[in-house]
Amino acid sequence: MSLFIQQIVNGLTLGSIYCLVALGLTLIYGIMEVPNFAHGHLYMVGAYVTFFGMTLYGLNYWVSALVAGIIIAILGVITERVVFNPLRHAPSSNRFIAALGAMMFLEAAARLLWGADFRSIPPVYDKVLSFAGVRVTEQRVIVIVAAILLIIALNLFLKRTIIGSSIEAVAQNPDGSSLVGINVNVVGMLTFAIASFLAAVAAALAGPIFLVFPTMGELIIMKAFVIIVIGGMGSIPGAIVGGYILGLTESLGATYISMDYKDVIAFLVLVIILTIKPTGLFAKGV
Amino acid sequence: MLSKNQKFKWSWLFYLAVLILAFIFPALNPGSYYIQVVSLAFIYAIAVYGLNLIEGYMGQLSLAQAGLFGFGAYAAALLTMKLQLSFWLAVPLASVLTAVVAFFIGLISFRTRGHYFVIFTLCIGVIINLVIQKWDAVTGGMNGLIGIPKPTPLGPISFDSLKAQYYLILVFLLLTVFVMYRLVNSLIGRTFVSIRNSEELAAALGINVMKNKILAFCVAAFFTGMAGSLYAAFIRFIGPDISSPTLTFEFLLYLLAGGQASIAGPIVGTLLMSGLTESLQFLRDYRLLLFGPLLILIVKFLPMGIVGLIHKLASRSPFRRSAAKSLNPSKTVKGEGL
Repeated sequence: MSLFIQQIVNGLTLGSIYCLVALGLTLIYGIMEVPNFAHGHLYMVGAYVTFFGMTLYGLNYWVSALVAGIIIAILGVITERVVFNPLRHAPSSNRFIAALGAMMFLEAAARLLWGADFRSIPPVYDKVLSFAGVRVTEQRVIVIVAAILLIIALNLFLKRTIIGSSIEAVAQNPDGSSLVGINVNVVGMLTFAIASFLAAVAAALAGPIFLVFPTMGELIIMKAFVIIVIGGMGSIPGAIVGGYILGLTESLGATYISMDYKDVIAFLVLVIILTIKPTGLFAKGV
Repeated sequence: MLSKNQKFKWSWLFYLAVLILAFIFPALNPGSYYIQVVSLAFIYAIAVYGLNLIEGYMGQLSLAQAGLFGFGAYAAALLTMKLQLSFWLAVPLASVLTAVVAFFIGLISFRTRGHYFVIFTLCIGVIINLVIQKWDAVTGGMNGLIGIPKPTPLGPISFDSLKAQYYLILVFLLLTVFVMYRLVNSLIGRTFVSIRNSEELAAALGINVMKNKILAFCVAAFFTGMAGSLYAAFIRFIGPDISSPTLTFEFLLYLLAGGQASIAGPIVGTLLMSGLTESLQFLRDYRLLLFGPLLILIVKFLPMGIVGLIHKLASRSPFRRSAAKSLNPSKTVKGEGL
């Protein structure tokens, strides 16, 4: 039983990270219909910035996470301006391909700048808490709590502030919102900034638990895509639910089915769900 | 009308010259390194022709291509190593097997559309890649398979030398180009293009969209699997890398650089980009640093690739006024040239 609860906690940790990454991806998709392949690589750069902030500049963990968030937000806005905005009216497969191009560039740049070595962010909160036979490091608790706080903050921002509602308005109807005076360009940039910030913070949270390396973005972006496809592309509740579902499935699957094939499970879940429902669980229909 | 005929003649002369060059290339003694590079580019080009059919003519961006390439390679390798089949049996068998796998993938994946389809096929590619990595007992896991037999001699012709292998691959490539040329200029090819341009319209005309999509995907997979099995016999060592999404992205780059929905595009793009990679040896691991932005620039400024650009320039020249109207592709609808 305690093994089961242990795996639930691990699944929630994993799910929290997936949620934060998938939320950004789904926000961007909702606004611009861009499947932003470079998103996972922004996550990767975020992990590196946190790593160097702490080791090279001796910054506090939280400060370097914040710095990473801001730097990646700026990087996100730059990709929007340079890559996606010029292709706004291009056919959708072209935007997809451009996103792949941005992804290739970021990965190669990371490899050139920082090498292919595996690094790990020095753990700050590595005390082990244990109750009822379940042992959890403080870092995992921090990940779970921080993710919930960020999700709540994002929802409040989108529902309760005028800027937030303008993002939702553009997602629902870009032409209509520019008609009522919303600057769609600014909203696009803002969305990229928020999404990239979330990805960088997720990376900073995950950094002390997992490893940091140039291709770390590749698997997470594909899983984030799995999540938003499961949840319906552009749907925020879908991304949250999907993120936790995937995290839990993977962690339980790794324990009870096969450790070797744990990454395959995520993709199999997608194949099964799309086989039954080709438009995802929460989609309004294509 | 006269100018159109003339263009016809000129282009055929040009293709003949290219063909002769391809055949005498090893006789020019370019050194085994270059023969190897060009042979490998030919193998990739065969796979890119598969992608061209499904993405260029059918408009369905499948990102499972490297997975299928890897599947074909492993299938051929296992057939020759474990079952001791001859190369001439293993290659068609591996290609057909890949097409069969694609049939089942197609049955499910074509229920989805647009971005869903792209992500779905990407996931299929990742699954194939991960299974190859993890299934140690059959695929050798991360170590891969070593010592795949060379192509079996065909009567008196043996394929021990690099030059002989070059010609073998060239013949397979020409076969692929010929089949693709006949296919896309047939009624079936026209059907594919009509589905690409408007699924609803095609369906309204009585075309079975699902059946045609699966057909295109299977044919594409057949050639991709064939390329994979040739790769296995030529390189004689395969690892899980050849099924990774990175290779799919490279195929895509080759296709876009050359020009999608054209018969010359895949070979032009593959040769050019492989050549570029080889001449930028010092960039080896960092070539994506260049390829990434290049991909973005191509999509933005050259959506029809180099072949598309040549067609555009040719149709602009003052002697070809009459051809200009029919060949000039509009911006949103992909045009097609030879």
